[in-house]
Amino acid sequence: MKNAPIVGTSVPRMEGRAKITGEARYVDDMVLPGMLYGATVRSRIPRGKIKKFFFGPGIDWNEFVIVSHQDIPGKNCIALIEDDQPCLANGIVNHPEEPLLLLAHPDRHLLPKAVEAVSVEYDPLPAIFSMEESEALEQIIWGTDNVFKTYLIEKGDVDAVWQNADHIIEAEYTTGAQEQLYIENNGMIATFDPQQGITVWGSLQCPYYIHKALMKLFALPADRVRVVQMETGGAFGGKEEYPSMIAAHAALLAMKSGKPVKIIYDRMEDMAATTKRHPSRTRHRTAVDKDGRILTGEIDFTIDGGAYKTLSPVVLSRGAIHAGGPYYWPSIRIRAKAVATNVPPHGAFRGFGAPQSLFALERHMDRIAEVVGLSPAEIRRRNFLKPGQTTTTGQTVNEEVDLSKLLDRALELSNYHAKKEQFAQENQQSKHKRGMGIAAFLHGAGFTGSGERFLGSVVGVEACPDGSLRILVSSTEFGQGTNTVLCQIVAEALGLKYEDVSIAQPDTHAVPNSGPTVASRTVMVVGKLVQSAAVGIKETLTASGMLADSYSPEEFRAACRDYVAKHGKFRSLAHYEQPDGIFWDDEKYRGSAYAAFAWAVYVAEVAVDLPTYSVTVDDFVALQEIGKVLHPILAKGQIIGGVAQGIGFALYEKVIWENGRMQNGQMTNYIMPTSSDLPPIRVYFEELGNVHGAYGAKGIGELPMDGPAPAIVNAVEDAVHFPFNSIPLLPEDIFAALSERAAPETVATTARVQE
Amino acid sequence: MSQSSQARAKCEISFTVNEKLETVQVYAMERLLDVLRHELGLTGAKEGCGEGECGSCSILLDGVLVNSCLIPALQANGAQIITIEGLGSDGRLELLQQAFLDCGGAQCGICTPGMIIASLHLLKKKPHPTLQEIREGLSGNLCRCTGYMQIFEAVAEAARRGAST
Repeated sequence: MKNAPIVGTSVPRMEGRAKITGEARYVDDMVLPGMLYGATVRSRIPRGKIKKFFFGPGIDWNEFVIVSHQDIPGKNCIALIEDDQPCLANGIVNHPEEPLLLLAHPDRHLLPKAVEAVSVEYDPLPAIFSMEESEALEQIIWGTDNVFKTYLIEKGDVDAVWQNADHIIEAEYTTGAQEQLYIENNGMIATFDPQQGITVWGSLQCPYYIHKALMKLFALPADRVRVVQMETGGAFGGKEEYPSMIAAHAALLAMKSGKPVKIIYDRMEDMAATTKRHPSRTRHRTAVDKDGRILTGEIDFTIDGGAYKTLSPVVLSRGAIHAGGPYYWPSIRIRAKAVATNVPPHGAFRGFGAPQSLFALERHMDRIAEVVGLSPAEIRRRNFLKPGQTTTTGQTVNEEVDLSKLLDRALELSNYHAKKEQFAQENQQSKHKRGMGIAAFLHGAGFTGSGERFLGSVVGVEACPDGSLRILVSSTEFGQGTNTVLCQIVAEALGLKYEDVSIAQPDTHAVPNSGPTVASRTVMVVGKLVQSAAVGIKETLTASGMLADSYSPEEFRAACRDYVAKHGKFRSLAHYEQPDGIFWDDEKYRGSAYAAFAWAVYVAEVAVDLPTYSVTVDDFVALQEIGKVLHPILAKGQIIGGVAQGIGFALYEKVIWENGRMQNGQMTNYIMPTSSDLPPIRVYFEELGNVHGAYGAKGIGELPMDGPAPAIVNAVEDAVHFPFNSIPLLPEDIFAALSERAAPETVATTARVQE
Repeated sequence: MSQSSQARAKCEISFTVNEKLETVQVYAMERLLDVLRHELGLTGAKEGCGEGECGSCSILLDGVLVNSCLIPALQANGAQIITIEGLGSDGRLELLQQAFLDCGGAQCGICTPGMIIASLHLLKKKPHPTLQEIREGLSGNLCRCTGYMQIFEAVAEAARRGAST
């Protein structure tokens, strides 16, 4: 009965054929009879009291459906962690682009003009736009102190060590907002029926988040809210939370009009109004001995949450836990804080706080290396976590990970030492300065601490009348390969063919809540549950005598078919149970933060062109230990795509703000990497396996976002010897820094050019 | 009312899409992308940016690679148009599509129809493109998922398999 393995092979993407033929149905491809189009009137000021709305001339307002907060049947909030974000403003606005009113009309061409024709009279209030202004407390815009959440992580005795340290190294690092820039803009279609309630179809990551939000907004029971995911054209965290807002808006318009309503954002609205990566500021103060060993450290990690709490506490948590990186800290104190500003709320984006705090840490390791007089490779090697040691939260590393070996392999693959030497030589004569940079990091898979236990995910596998199997999960596909890998796991678990397994469209009326599709948890956590549910099907069949212990895929299919014919519905469910030995203290923030970590060392090779100050990444090595690779092509695709976004985060993607509004909400002026901008991204895996995940897999989706930015900026410093501590790092920033550093040298260079 | 006044401004145009003659009533300056998607139900071409930057709405217009979000409908009168729906036949995939599937060239899939049309255009001009030519040939099509490498591999693989012949 033993078939060739399916896990570990690159089977065709489950929904791939639909995608390459154009048959895949995204929300904007769907049309319902009698459907109206909806649009959102938004705040144009950052903060103030709404006095009056004016509906301008030239529009026949009788033709429009108009919804305000007064039309909300339940609580006016987008339920998430806290209910502080209104669905529609009620008398006060706290950020630009905050939704005020909704309009719908059968002719979508008329909507932009109508939105433009609504004007608002405000009593403006003073607004704040930076973490520093928020901390100054001159304006209190949220709670009593502008603070959404703080964490304190403490390990050992931090205060006793400083006086005996050979070196104390202090520095501050910042990262900017980053737009997810999925190519499919956000969109939803909603219908309302007095008996059946609300149904929404949309581009989204987390069906049950929307389900929860709509229940509260409409005061409806669970069975009268239905959320269906359409094919989703990229998400990266950007469709984790904001789709609840759009679903709510479409559903309110549908309820008031009695007709289906479609809301599709255009690019500018999507970029300006929906969430982006949290800007961050990290302050490091580190004590090291003369050999470069870390003695203790204090890390102060602050993120800008925007105007409402949304997911900021969770982003902050992950950022704080990752702030110490893959190093051994005998003692450490990490203070983390998410503050409020009058900008649209920042939210989930691949990496979820970790790319921010790891950028700071990995830049800081190079700073330490320089002060101590060691190479960037050596300072890391001397401080790497080893099996048996504990992380900053006191979690014992119980995997046989060898970071020193990982580092050696990455240095060899990138030809690091030889190139570093060669560039140091050549740079003396060249205006094309080249450099090499390293980043070592880790990424925890799954929800933090007790998160998975609170989620209590449930998955199902059911036998269909034709004897094939169908996976029932709310875990969504948006490019990562959820559909494919979960089907591989079931086929492998039962010795079936890949073609014998399919996966249901995520629909809250049809699938159990397997939790949100976030936090690199799908393969590791949901995959393991799916495997267990699949085995349940087999056990039922063998227990009932319909299947022998040894069987062929055909016999299995026949047994399923017979069972369904005889008994009707045939479904096996699996519920999450916390693995043994996982302990987490939410009060003290100590214990096992994650069931597993993926580990990585990335090496970037860059060139800084001094006449133009532009940076190109010429080569990139991404080496990671991610447990077992279940699908080599998909896994590689995840890493390359993440590295590309990381390169954008480091060198291209800058949100220009003015009074809290994004000024460059277009693909023409917010620059993401094109096919011409990227180096060869060379991907390598180490496979140690992992006891917690399906077939030894760990999460990988977010990992590749963490390393590129620090590796690249470390390489830029290697090339031009300037300690850049902020990203995005644009040519004008390099120009300004280098010009200021050495005005005489710049003059001399210019003179030579003129000769 | 406003809708009827706009209807009067419509005009009739004809063009061939995927070898089928179509006649539609359109506003002269309506975007060709909208005509394809809304009037003809050809939803394979996608809107990503609406300003000709992302290439998700790429089609071939008289053999020329264009962003259909930038083409006024009237300009398509009498033209030969190829969209993603015109590739392959009788359930068979084009070599290029198969290569995208085999190499991991599609992740979320939203850029894929445009990317495949742009690749087809490239392979028609250059049956055996170098990596640099592939990079340049696809530089008008943005992809946020893949980091492009597996798309390059798909195009190179299709060239090896003889996609242009």
